[in-house]
Amino acid sequence: MIKAIALRELRSMFLSPLAWTVLAVTQLILAWSFFTQIDFFFTIQSELATAPNAPGVTDLVVMPTYEVASLILLMVTPLLTMRLISEERRNGSIALLLSSPVSMTQIVLGKYLGILLFMLSFIAMISLMPLSLLMGTQLDLGKIAAGMLALTLLLAAFSSAGLFLSSLTDNPIIAAISTFGLLLLLWIISRNTGDTSDVFNHLSLLTHYTPMLRGLVNTGDVAYFLIFIATFLVLTIRQMDSRRLQG
Amino acid sequence: MSSQPLIKVNNLVRYYGDHCAVDDISFELAAGDILGFLGPNGAGKSTTMQMLSGNLAPSEGEIVINGVDLLDSPKAAKSALGYLPETPPLYKDMCVDEYLGYCARLRRIPAQQIREALDLAKQRCGLADVSKRLIGNLSKGYQQRVGIAQAILHSPAVIILDEPTVGLDPIQIREIRELIADLGQSHGIILSTHILPEVQAVCNRVQIINQGKLVYASDMAGLLEQQDTGRYELVLKQAPSIAELNNIALIKQAQQRGDHHFIVEIDGKVEELARLAVENNWGLQKLVADQKSLENIFVTLTSGDADTDIAHEDAA
Repeated sequence: MIKAIALRELRSMFLSPLAWTVLAVTQLILAWSFFTQIDFFFTIQSELATAPNAPGVTDLVVMPTYEVASLILLMVTPLLTMRLISEERRNGSIALLLSSPVSMTQIVLGKYLGILLFMLSFIAMISLMPLSLLMGTQLDLGKIAAGMLALTLLLAAFSSAGLFLSSLTDNPIIAAISTFGLLLLLWIISRNTGDTSDVFNHLSLLTHYTPMLRGLVNTGDVAYFLIFIATFLVLTIRQMDSRRLQG
Repeated sequence: MSSQPLIKVNNLVRYYGDHCAVDDISFELAAGDILGFLGPNGAGKSTTMQMLSGNLAPSEGEIVINGVDLLDSPKAAKSALGYLPETPPLYKDMCVDEYLGYCARLRRIPAQQIREALDLAKQRCGLADVSKRLIGNLSKGYQQRVGIAQAILHSPAVIILDEPTVGLDPIQIREIRELIADLGQSHGIILSTHILPEVQAVCNRVQIINQGKLVYASDMAGLLEQQDTGRYELVLKQAPSIAELNNIALIKQAQQRGDHHFIVEIDGKVEELARLAVENNWGLQKLVADQKSLENIFVTLTSGDADTDIAHEDAA
């Protein structure tokens, strides 16, 4: 049942020009950024060769690409998640799900899985660029795996927040703007406080994301993302249930 | 089928904030019933329908579908349910086959039976020619049919249709009514509408709701009885004078409506009146019961004074 809902969601993503546009624009910007990173690498290559313990191509090209990707996706994820529930409310198709023998949890998980599958295709496309370097050089595959894991967790977290905010309103634009606001806030919330024991640092998506880009996969960081996702999924289910009560 | 009612609704109440949209409604639906659910706009029809289909939770009360409590075990109850809301719940970016296939999976139709269920539903709703068309490109009438197909796809015991003929042309309306009558033989159907002839055409029971309260419930036979007012419309080619008519014992009262047109109230059988007309060579052209239509009952009940005894209301 979850699978049927997820596959329909994925299909409708690929049927809409929005998703294709988002994929294309993101890919274009990332390609440009990737290209400039490589260019930069070539200009300093001779100096790197003489320096002891110099960073390799993985650190200088691949990881910055993932960093740029996370920023772009912070901006485009709200556009992809905004329609998830709000649009079904708006055009009444939610009635089909609610009158079918499926539970609210199945509906929410189905929707979430749908967007997650789409995000995975995103990550695959993004990762193909750095992996293309394998044709000419050696890469630190462990670090790249950590980067992919980081991006996957980050996008899964973005999507769960987007799904929740989409369940709050009938208007996709409002869902998109509030999702963007929330994600941006959680992104920058740690910026002005240097203190590592600060609660805002713990809340920030950024503080849990950047260590993984340096190849440091910390249980605490992974747990942060999993709790983040679970919280928003539960909130979404609760919200859908209470909408039935309020009408 | 068992004698157990398909739908049993007990003391259903629904508030929107302080506003009471549905106030203490109870009714039952048996297999083979086609229940017409009538009411003016904002009377609580759609709210009731949404509660029956699980889209809204009731504030108070109980809904039992096919012996299963909708609130206690929603999944089991909903599997016996087909629902067409006011706006058909369609995905405009899918084609008819894809959409119905998705509905079939949602309704837990086993994979090997989906093909068959789809074909049957499409054939019943006249959708066979548009299988591959995008729903968004279909006309309103066809979209409505897809909505109906979705509701009957899994052959549910209970079918709830909220204004199913809105936006259809007269031919389509007739087809849909035939379909509903056909479905009514094996399913229980609740049909909400404010089109009165529709109820008279297809339903065998009627219920009128006004301001959240059930103000009238009857089967069609009872309705016909109620409609018999003892008044007849009479058109005669060689009409006698009104005084002559009033002198006849059978006729309690006659009123002239035009040169040849009378409204008579009789005390006795209408056959007698017909015989009189023929014997006296009045040139009988038309003799129709001046029935209190469903419309009159509807208007009387919903125009505020719900307690008036409708049998004594003036139908003219």
